[in-house]
Amino acid sequence: MSGLYGRLSIAGKQAVWAWAFLALPVLFYVVIRFWPTADSFLISFYSWNLLGTPRFVGLDNYVRMWSDPTFWLVFRNTFEYLIIGTPVSIVVAFVIAYYLDQVRFAHGLIRALYFIPFMTTAVAMAWVWRWFYQPVPIGVFNNLLSELDLPTQPFLRSTEQALPSVLAPAIWAGLGFQVVIFLAGLRAIPESYYEAARIDGAGKWMILRRITIPLLRPTVVFLVVISSIGFLRIFDQVFNMTDGSGGPLNSTKPLVLYIYETAFQSYQMGYAAAQTVVLFTILLLITLLQLWLLRSK
Amino acid sequence: MTAGALPSTAARGAVRFKDVRPGRIVAWTLLAMGGIAMVMPLVVMISTSLKYPHEVYDLNLIPVEPTLENYLHIFQNTKFLRWFVNSLIISILTTASVVFFDGLVGYVLCKFSFRGRQVVFVAILSTLMIPTEMLVIPWYLMARDFGWLNSVWGIMFPGIMTGFGTFLMRQFFEGVPDDYIHAARIDGLNEFQIWWRIAMPLVTPALSALAIFTFLGNWTAFLWPLIATSNRDLYTLPVGLASFSGEFATEWEMVMAGASLATLPTLVFFLIFQRYIIRGVMLTGVKG
Repeated sequence: MSGLYGRLSIAGKQAVWAWAFLALPVLFYVVIRFWPTADSFLISFYSWNLLGTPRFVGLDNYVRMWSDPTFWLVFRNTFEYLIIGTPVSIVVAFVIAYYLDQVRFAHGLIRALYFIPFMTTAVAMAWVWRWFYQPVPIGVFNNLLSELDLPTQPFLRSTEQALPSVLAPAIWAGLGFQVVIFLAGLRAIPESYYEAARIDGAGKWMILRRITIPLLRPTVVFLVVISSIGFLRIFDQVFNMTDGSGGPLNSTKPLVLYIYETAFQSYQMGYAAAQTVVLFTILLLITLLQLWLLRSK
Repeated sequence: MTAGALPSTAARGAVRFKDVRPGRIVAWTLLAMGGIAMVMPLVVMISTSLKYPHEVYDLNLIPVEPTLENYLHIFQNTKFLRWFVNSLIISILTTASVVFFDGLVGYVLCKFSFRGRQVVFVAILSTLMIPTEMLVIPWYLMARDFGWLNSVWGIMFPGIMTGFGTFLMRQFFEGVPDDYIHAARIDGLNEFQIWWRIAMPLVTPALSALAIFTFLGNWTAFLWPLIATSNRDLYTLPVGLASFSGEFATEWEMVMAGASLATLPTLVFFLIFQRYIIRGVMLTGVKG
């Protein structure tokens, strides 16, 4: 055995070591990543309640999804999280980072204050915010509102306010991460660009529009993609703020919660797998969009 | 070039007396107020966890009669301590595994040349596009068939290696000069020793960033532990907290104490390693 190894060329020895190191990881990625992915596609063509024998139904699960009003409501909710969450968090994070970048006094402390919510557990924060949203005399927000003689709000109890109310702690928790990434992006812009612009007589607004924002493009694309994917996968907050129901009347239910219910409460594995395939496709399209956006420059 | 000719050049440099203008003071004050607002939910959470029930709905931030009663009650009457230990064990083991394997695979894919390297790299990279949600159903079936449900291994097995970490480490190993590796080989170290003793210590910043994110991700993970456990003894902290809060939902001081217990460890961790954590975010965010 060692004689055989000893006779190998340097490149051959390298290959032996490489595959020895990679054996376990390759097995892991095949069994725990690729096979389950393929399996999800497969299961999506079956009708299966986890107990009996799976029955092949072709595209039935996808056809059913198309005509399932709950699926479309959930689909809409999911994109509502994204369409409100992504722009709001990116704009707010940029404004904070832009000014924080110019601040020297207590810079680290202020940055830490914005970043701290990122270190929290979503489940814990969902319960904290859930308490804040309770009606008078329990919830903090409504107690504050009534103290200020403003009308109290139903928050989680209204089909209109519940979704933004669930979204708020998700934006809050992710904001610090985005601020830090923006700060890194801002610092990567060479000082000489700003100096040159000032010599040319450009004002602050002009510098922001013509230098800062265009040069931050890769940062913005990265953050838009990361936070879009995050909002499309929202689950922890909704599950914990609505007793796992996505209520009231499904008004806050996102796709992942619907998948969870379909698979692990109604045990319709095939239908749930078909929904995961849709989620996968959406996330794939967003990732490809990112690659395309960064390449076209 | 004088500061007078280009007054705003100093904006990104050190503070000078003439920089202290009203606009800047307003901006600083707004930023600071925003920062305080950001941590207010956590302050209210901790303050309420230290209150007796009759004080809970008052808006005062400093409890009139602070008490640890709620924490005591939680430790005596629920399995919180157990959940805490479960989460700690799972997070530590997973982090160790990720640092080891992602470091190893990243190194092999960066420094070894062999047929099939590119295929393996692209394959691992492509797993970044597969969302957890798509895998939980097959994982559940697999765990059920192998008897892994309601076990530590069952909770942690999907995360013991990550495509993200492998990609990150591969990038950082690019910065390790090949000469070091050749020199070590001439000194008679075998390939494993070269990786572990020479290459790994040179990428400590990336490793610590990876370790921090992996730990945090496992500490806060909810969906998979929720699916993989039905036995209360094996709940992780987030799953336990969710079930506990559901039961105590009208006793908010209890819920706040539970939430504080889940949050405080990572907050303390942040306060100690703040610098590394922020640097780690910048490192991975910009690179990734």
